[in-house]
Amino acid sequence: MSDDANLFAQQESNRRRSTWLTIGFVVFFAWVGFGGDLAFWLLTTDAGPGSYRHVFPFIGVFSVLSAAFICWYSWRHGAERVLWSTGAWELIEPATPEQKQLMNVVEEMAIASGLPKPRVWVVPDPDPNAFATGRDPATASVAVTEGLLAALSRDELQAVVAHEMAHVRNLDIRLMTLMAGMIGAIALMSDGMGRMLGRGSRVGRGWSGGRSGKGGKGNPLGIVILVLWLLTLVVAPVISRILAMAVSRKREYLADATGVQLTRNPMALASALEKLEGATAATASVTEGAAHLCIVDPSPGLMSSKEGFLADFVASHPPIRQRIIKLRGMAYQQAKRETAGALSPQ
Amino acid sequence: MGTIVLLAIIAGIVLWVVGAYNGLISLKNQVVNGWKQIDVQLKRRHDLIPNLVNTVKGAMDFERSTLDAVISARNRAIGASGVQQTARAEGELTQALGRLFALTEAYPDLKATNNVAQLQEELTSTENKIGFARQLYNDVATQYNTKQMQFPTNLVAGLAKASPAELWEIEDAGERAVPVVDLSANKPGA
Repeated sequence: MSDDANLFAQQESNRRRSTWLTIGFVVFFAWVGFGGDLAFWLLTTDAGPGSYRHVFPFIGVFSVLSAAFICWYSWRHGAERVLWSTGAWELIEPATPEQKQLMNVVEEMAIASGLPKPRVWVVPDPDPNAFATGRDPATASVAVTEGLLAALSRDELQAVVAHEMAHVRNLDIRLMTLMAGMIGAIALMSDGMGRMLGRGSRVGRGWSGGRSGKGGKGNPLGIVILVLWLLTLVVAPVISRILAMAVSRKREYLADATGVQLTRNPMALASALEKLEGATAATASVTEGAAHLCIVDPSPGLMSSKEGFLADFVASHPPIRQRIIKLRGMAYQQAKRETAGALSPQ
Repeated sequence: MGTIVLLAIIAGIVLWVVGAYNGLISLKNQVVNGWKQIDVQLKRRHDLIPNLVNTVKGAMDFERSTLDAVISARNRAIGASGVQQTARAEGELTQALGRLFALTEAYPDLKATNNVAQLQEELTSTENKIGFARQLYNDVATQYNTKQMQFPTNLVAGLAKASPAELWEIEDAGERAVPVVDLSANKPGA
């Protein structure tokens, strides 16, 4: 019963987080839009007659509308986009024994978690990794790389799939998939705006030069806001990624624990993680925007193996070593319980 | 005023009875559904076994007794009814299959044929599914049993025709066995 209550609390907190994420995203876009409008308005109020005045906040209206569209799109099609970006193909009719095994293991874990069977995808990448995506358990997808199928034993594969089903069950996938869509959008926007400003500044130089010729000085508040606004555009992609990773890091321990509850086999997940850690190559097909969805960091070597404050701050996943140590602890507790049970009076 | 209070109390009681009744019925259906889940997997296992036996028969002719044990365990399992009996028969079938698979290890060329490997994967998966479905069934059945015995839900248990659901106890001797610690070999000086 306490497990149920815990699960319910997890789902509730993920629903809440998804809502706040969406609100934060729209507010951010509103700031980017209307902040820009404000800066241009302040800078153009004392412009002479005939020259351009920024009165209608069309940047703000446009960016809020596009933020709303992006939220809606991430909600409806986020999972498809993530899968598409990795080049995954859906496994429907398993052809090889490995694929058959994957299908079986997913079915087993669906039964164990009491969820409908998710769609199964294979990512053509030799590096072992796996992720889950979707809106809710009914629309969930679990994807594994070809490298994972080749490297893991049946029990290890089961452990990894159980970890992914744990993400599905406690609705991590909703939060993470929304996040993937938004990170992509922010990166795109920052890129686009930067390019636009780059072109604009060349034109703007003539414009501001003309103005200073008239002796008018720029509104200091307008300049401050403009600088702040530009700064936001520059740091937004970095901040959004750090945020995604901070959220995902906590979820990984939890999914490890829930996955082990399903399989009752902590050592299988520990040895699977060991194999994943051993594979040092990057998972090339997983782009940065989807990194926080994976079971292990797709671009390792950078931070995932390091511990400490900075690593904690930047890495999307807790150090694999720590996860393995926790799993070993679970295995030890389980063994202790079982021995105690066997030796107790009958 | 008095009548309003009385009516409110009656309405409250009626609402509670409806809620408790529906809760019990919903749990009961979950138990039935949980059992169906197990049943589907058991059927699948029973269907897979003749295939396996036919595939290995030629190569393992002199292991006749093991094969016969599997077949007869399967037939007993098909005939079993009720949770207790099914659990026992299926436990025996699991053991017989385990012995058969242990024997196939001695026939490398048999293991090499894709067919046997595939059948083994299918049976392993089916067995896992039975295990997980059993976990789910036992969880729900325990919840249902607890609910109908607890006060005050037990008052409507009769109304909902609730009776305790049988749990699927693990009858497999291997899973139950207490490890025997033989200390004789460790005697000092021995």
